[in-house]
Amino acid sequence: MTAEPLTEPTAGPLQATSPTFVGMPKFPYAARTALGNTQQRRNLAHATGVIRAKRAKVVAEIDRWEELRQAGADAKDELLGHMAAYLEQLETNLTKGGATVHWARDAAEANRIVVDLVKGTGATEVVKVKSMATQEIELNEALEAEGINAWETDLAELIVQFGHDRPSHILVPAIHRNRSEIREIFRKEMGLVGRPAPDDLTDEPKRLAEAARLHLREKFMRATVAISGANFAVAETGSLVVVESEGNGRMCLTLPDTLISVVGIEKVLPTWQDLGTFMQLLPRSSTGERMNPYTSIWSGVHEGDGPQNVHVVLIDNGRTHVLADPVGREALRCIRCSACLNTCPVYERTGGHAYGSVYPGPIGAILNPQLRGTASDVDKSLPFASTLCGACFEACPMRIDIPKLLVHLRAKVVDAKGRNTVEGRAMAAGAWAFGDAKRLARLQKASTLGGKILGNRQLPALPGAIGQWLSIRDIPELPAQTFRQWWADRERKGGAS
Amino acid sequence: MSAKAEILARVRAAVTDLTAPLGARGETPWVDQAAASPAETIELFVENVIDYKAQVVRVGPDGVGGAIRDALTAYGASSVVVPSGLDPAWVSALGDGVRIVADEGLGSLDLDAIDSVITASAVSIATTGTIVLDHGPDQGRRALSLVPDVHVCVVHASQVVHDVPEAVFRLHPQEGMPRPLTWISGPSATSDIELDRVEGVHGPRTLHVILIEA
Repeated sequence: MTAEPLTEPTAGPLQATSPTFVGMPKFPYAARTALGNTQQRRNLAHATGVIRAKRAKVVAEIDRWEELRQAGADAKDELLGHMAAYLEQLETNLTKGGATVHWARDAAEANRIVVDLVKGTGATEVVKVKSMATQEIELNEALEAEGINAWETDLAELIVQFGHDRPSHILVPAIHRNRSEIREIFRKEMGLVGRPAPDDLTDEPKRLAEAARLHLREKFMRATVAISGANFAVAETGSLVVVESEGNGRMCLTLPDTLISVVGIEKVLPTWQDLGTFMQLLPRSSTGERMNPYTSIWSGVHEGDGPQNVHVVLIDNGRTHVLADPVGREALRCIRCSACLNTCPVYERTGGHAYGSVYPGPIGAILNPQLRGTASDVDKSLPFASTLCGACFEACPMRIDIPKLLVHLRAKVVDAKGRNTVEGRAMAAGAWAFGDAKRLARLQKASTLGGKILGNRQLPALPGAIGQWLSIRDIPELPAQTFRQWWADRERKGGAS
Repeated sequence: MSAKAEILARVRAAVTDLTAPLGARGETPWVDQAAASPAETIELFVENVIDYKAQVVRVGPDGVGGAIRDALTAYGASSVVVPSGLDPAWVSALGDGVRIVADEGLGSLDLDAIDSVITASAVSIATTGTIVLDHGPDQGRRALSLVPDVHVCVVHASQVVHDVPEAVFRLHPQEGMPRPLTWISGPSATSDIELDRVEGVHGPRTLHVILIEA
């Protein structure tokens, strides 16, 4: 065992990797499979391109966008620095509003709380609003293990659920599926759990959306329990906020008697007025709209309006571990908008599944190794699943410096591995070579000799780890002359021209 | 140790390196676009609502009832649910062509059998084309403006603010009786299938806005 580096956070335990993602291969291997899926690559290139263009257009409408980003980052930093105080304020105000607040250290505890609450109502099914937090804790699986059906009601989540599949994007989770696949999934699955798809269903998106509307309508009408996440939880007023498009969120948040919301502890906003910032940043960064079609805000129980039995489950599940890292903690500012996915050249080609988590793309590459640690193959490889081009940082409405965090995590992974690796030995050799100018000159001269021997100066295929590394990279030709030799020649020939 | 105590202890232990006092950032920043003039704010609001494929009809204070009646006729609505506090003049202008249903403990299925709903609104935002309901007596509980397929929504020009921060400020929950809020920007929509936008999923598929200008 390698000793833990000194900078390793100590405040909270890591998140346990959920069963779905245990044993995920390293990113490069998973990505290779994804790259072979031409349908997915086409869908992703189209989707990310469209959303990127829409985002750029609506962001350009706001001339104070940079100030907005800073205001968003400042609000989250205020929260992160005083999270205990704001969580207690949130609980006080939620309780005053008639909600019951529960605390969960990890996924298992959160699932147990929710399962018990649902069982307490006697319900055998729940309707769900799309929520990253409940995906993270694999709540649907926990409910199903107890004989409770969990119906996803967001169109894309429904497609994923019916397809016995996993989401591949935070915002549009079924983006890897095309319309004819969706038609087949609906025809096969809808009838098994409720109103079947119409016989004459075509693959027109309008018809598919209509089929989902009719199928889900009967579920909305009869459901007595709904489960949601929250985009924001305002400490000052005890208000939860859900941002959505289809109206499935409003259905779930309004019609049932019982509402259970699972909320990560980093979702808190200190003040009500902070919504003035975040309700500009999130829609424009996420869907590329000036505003999303529907936003619901509720503050506990509202007499005579909506659910009268309201619960909020605040979850840690690795977040306090991230919070303890002075460099890494800014990842907790994330509002799950997915702008970084859409702008990432790596994500655009590999899709979300290769990241081995519900959080894919650049944010996943920094969040997962921090939440779950870097013991597994996939988490070790995620900080390297990037070209460090910096497009994600530019797009991030919360100014999370993702490239900086990737480098920070790369260092941790390498430190943890120790020196006795290919990289470790290569770096040690580098340090020896660069440590002495004369030694470097001799080595450089030797390398040009290699170029001369090779003739066309292309490297041949090499065995082992180096060969593997080179097989996916183009290496510049070895020069005939080193810079030092060229400089010496130039001086001899009479200096600068 | 309870889960709450343990999480709070972890949180405190995690940030011992940070020294800024609580609230050090001062007043919550207010970043917004400046309005050129009240008239331009209204024009921008109308433009942005239409951009969401919602209908906008502009009327004087006396024209509301007639505009609501015309809208319901145009959509072929044979029934309409009205919140208890809706302006009686608007309701009486509807005439006999439509069945008017008061919200007296209607269940979800009852609402699902009603074609349309009329509501007033609380605040609207020009830069985003957003209408906010605070579900006061002239707007009704949240289910009313959700389940029926046509939503006729009346906005008074004086309720339209230029940008999001001002709307948020006006909507600050009142101590003791916070209201639920619904922000509406066009009819419901999805882009989940190949990013092809479809208007109208679960929420009202038609949003018809009647703007009252003095």
